[in-house]
Amino acid sequence: MSWISKTLTSSIGRKIVMATTGLFLCSFLVVHLLINLQLLRHDGGASFNFWAEFMGTNPVIRFMEIVLMLGFAVHIYQGLALAYHNKKARGAQGYVVNHSEQNSQWSSRNMALLGTLLLIFLIIHLMNFWVRSRFDAFGGLAMVKVPNMDHPVGDLYSVAAASFKIPWYVALYAVAQIALGYHLWHGFRSGFQTLGLKHPKYTPAVYYTGYAFSVVISVLFALVPIVMFFDDQYQPRPATGQTVEQSLTEEPAVLR
Amino acid sequence: MAGSNPNAKPMNLTLKVWRQKNRVSEGGIVDYKVKDISPDMSFLEMLDVLNEDLLRQGQEPVAFDHDCREGICGSCNLFINGRAHGPEQGTTTCQLHMRKFSDGDTITIEPWRAAAFPINKDLSVDRSAFDRIIQAGGYVSINTGGTPDANEIPIPKDIADRAFEAATCIGCGACVAACKNASAMLFVSAKVSQLALLPQGHVERKTRVENMVAQMDLEGFGACTNIGSCAAECPVGISLENIAILNQEFLSAKATSNNLA
Repeated sequence: MSWISKTLTSSIGRKIVMATTGLFLCSFLVVHLLINLQLLRHDGGASFNFWAEFMGTNPVIRFMEIVLMLGFAVHIYQGLALAYHNKKARGAQGYVVNHSEQNSQWSSRNMALLGTLLLIFLIIHLMNFWVRSRFDAFGGLAMVKVPNMDHPVGDLYSVAAASFKIPWYVALYAVAQIALGYHLWHGFRSGFQTLGLKHPKYTPAVYYTGYAFSVVISVLFALVPIVMFFDDQYQPRPATGQTVEQSLTEEPAVLR
Repeated sequence: MAGSNPNAKPMNLTLKVWRQKNRVSEGGIVDYKVKDISPDMSFLEMLDVLNEDLLRQGQEPVAFDHDCREGICGSCNLFINGRAHGPEQGTTTCQLHMRKFSDGDTITIEPWRAAAFPINKDLSVDRSAFDRIIQAGGYVSINTGGTPDANEIPIPKDIADRAFEAATCIGCGACVAACKNASAMLFVSAKVSQLALLPQGHVERKTRVENMVAQMDLEGFGACTNIGSCAAECPVGISLENIAILNQEFLSAKATSNNLA
């Protein structure tokens, strides 16, 4: 099947890979955001913990989690490889004077930089939430009872509530969402262009949807930690009242 | 001079010009002064004045590419003050006039920069990579013989217009020069969509896009990331829609062509 590998490694094939994985990751952001917004309900984290348990145990979701990881891995690898390839294509000697700001958007020219910032954020974010909720060795979760579940579930809410009381952590999340917003600003419409979906009938709609999507997604993502930081109602349960700094350095107190 | 502006005052300018002996030597910016430049001159005529000065002083003139000086051949290729073909929208360097600049200005002049466009000398760049992409498939095969009658093959007006729009590409390489990734995608897409739209181009439709994209990659051009600098700097206004058409053509060719290798 050499024609398949030839297709996927050609310059157009590679951007099609970037576009399909990128748009797939956009759909993931929507699901992630909807669950994040549950954090802001004044129910002591019951809804958030319910959905966190659902996402961690539902077999369809667990399967999609693997697909998602592959999507991330391919998007990240391909993005970095393309950035390297494109830098080489530009040649060793750059322009002495280049006013590219007069012919294109900043976000469009800095997708690799924005993506790298997001990768750093992603690693920190996964270490604190995903790794610790999946592997007891890396922190684990205290167990709490939530309505509509007959068994206790992991208290991921307290991890979030504790994390988002740390100023630098909230700042990190807010800054990362700015990078995400700019990344989506170019990425959303760019994905459609790459898939050959450009037509005067619907391209303006794609552009405006993309711009609205990037603003709404990044603002709402950033809002969750900021609101939880300033509102005293959102407190971690005492049993797992460790800060992130503690959880990274001390033995976790896991209640079973 | 007919049509010249009698009120236009001659200008004195400082030029920062990229000088490079040959393909392998290192280049650098050299400063020159030019005096009494008429605002009615084209940018290339201003360089002619500089070269005459240099020759009078016994110095090597600045090499730069030019041919028709009418904006249709695509030979002139200067990166002026950080923009391909200079600050004007929709013009080639030869159609850029000195009235767009002011007395006392400093103008930086560089060659196109891309790994696939090696510099021959000074501002002259080897763009034969484009020729090889065209040779890979940018043509239609026809039977030789008598001249065919006009309108023998009916083509709807809107299709003919779109194909013609793509056909206006003069292959100057400004798209590559302006692109952060030095991608030739706008050039290739103009050629591919022009021929894909017309019935004469349908015979080689699939092999054409496969071969031209393969040659484009082989030449070492970068991959397109839809930044849009190319279309913004294109002197003839080739639109990004052509790249979307190229992507469609490429995918459908890859999925349906008989080329299994």
